[in-house]
Amino acid sequence: MATDVLAGPATLNNEEILRYSRHLIMPEVAMEGQLKLKQAKVLLIGAGGLGAPLGLYLAAAGIGRIGVADFDVVDFTNLQRQVIHGTKDVGRKKLDSAADRMADINPNVEIVKHETALTSENALEIISDYDIVVDGTDNFPTRYLVNDACVLLGKPNVYGSIFRFEGQATVFATERGPCYRCLYPEPPPPGLVPSCAEGGVLGILPGAIGVIQATETVKLILGSGEPLIGRLMLYDALSMRFRELKLRRSPECPICGDNPTIKKLIDYHQFCGVPQEGEEAGAITNWDIDPAEVKARIDGGERLVLLDVREPHELQICQLPEFRSIPLGQLPNRIHELDTADEIVAVCKVGMRSARAAAFLRQSGFGKVRNMRGGTNLWAEQVDPKMPKY
Amino acid sequence: MAKVLIPTPLRQYAEKNDSVELAGSTVGEVLGSLTGQYSELRRHLYSDEGKLRSFVNVYVNDEDIRYLEKDSTPVKDSDTVSIVPSIAGGRRGD
Repeated sequence: MATDVLAGPATLNNEEILRYSRHLIMPEVAMEGQLKLKQAKVLLIGAGGLGAPLGLYLAAAGIGRIGVADFDVVDFTNLQRQVIHGTKDVGRKKLDSAADRMADINPNVEIVKHETALTSENALEIISDYDIVVDGTDNFPTRYLVNDACVLLGKPNVYGSIFRFEGQATVFATERGPCYRCLYPEPPPPGLVPSCAEGGVLGILPGAIGVIQATETVKLILGSGEPLIGRLMLYDALSMRFRELKLRRSPECPICGDNPTIKKLIDYHQFCGVPQEGEEAGAITNWDIDPAEVKARIDGGERLVLLDVREPHELQICQLPEFRSIPLGQLPNRIHELDTADEIVAVCKVGMRSARAAAFLRQSGFGKVRNMRGGTNLWAEQVDPKMPKY
Repeated sequence: MAKVLIPTPLRQYAEKNDSVELAGSTVGEVLGSLTGQYSELRRHLYSDEGKLRSFVNVYVNDEDIRYLEKDSTPVKDSDTVSIVPSIAGGRRGD
């Protein structure tokens, strides 16, 4: 994919010289470094929390070509942290919204939109066009896919990950460095670790981690400083502490070790034990029940025990008219508070945690447990439009 | 007593503590004290076969115990033991 930006002789015009003035006057960047940035090709995986600061700063820094891979749409709940998108962008493709903002910051940057989920089928082809990959994804299958593709192609993978108030960053898959599988050979089984959607995230956190990733990307391109290779940076926003742990290439690593067993991309959903997109969230079990039906049956005088398994602080956001509260994590220890004779309807925000609660209770002998599909968010749509969604 | 740092995702199983001081002369003993105190942590740290889970790393100061003596890695009173599980968050929040 030859382009005007990268095909021409590497020079800066007067507008660019003025724009990059604060880089050009530093000997560590200077004209030589700025031209390296201009000739660089960087792929951002994800235009969300981490992708937002990455897109903004890498565009401003004058990276010649920035690819963005994303297939999501801007949602109101994104705006608390995904600062590349604005309120006016809600409902737009993140790819379009991010590209517009980046082009506004720096029209000299060529932005390539990859409107797709990265898969085992397309990852190698997409990544091979770039020098560096920056991983801003939110799920384990894509993490392992990006890692393996980068190792197989020999492309550095600038890694960042966030949860609540805590973040991790490092650079994987360089010639001398370890990869993600050296750090974590296997992903956690689904459900054991809460996602950001369930666990929440401080809106500023992806800013801090994304900016570390952007910094490392620029350093790799410039070839200067001490890259974050072989070191795992941990950041805790609450205690405002950075810690650094040693990271080694594992000789037993199945993809970058001494005797690699993975030589091509695999099925990452299977590897991570994750159901395919749609299977889990949209799955209708035979004990699912719609909020509208719950309401109708209560109004009809039936006795249903609504078991809200959300965390106590979530009850401050919205509550069903009558409910019992046992947070999911406490359910095993408080199961004796429930009666197997009751018809129990488990409830949470979107119906995922409550599905787990219902499955757990069914296994524990509660034969009449139902799961309220779609959680309080769907209750707000079907039953009570005044109830806030979150 | 060694200081054990508990990561955010696991604090809910440790009465919300971010760190605890625990007795033990090896990593295995210190983590044993930890899971003795907070029994729910056990299944998050260890598999059913009693092996440390492969998405949870343990460090003594800044060294990964896989490259030291694993569970038998000695722990001194002044040491910090960090539990660092993999986290995936980043892209979206729906």
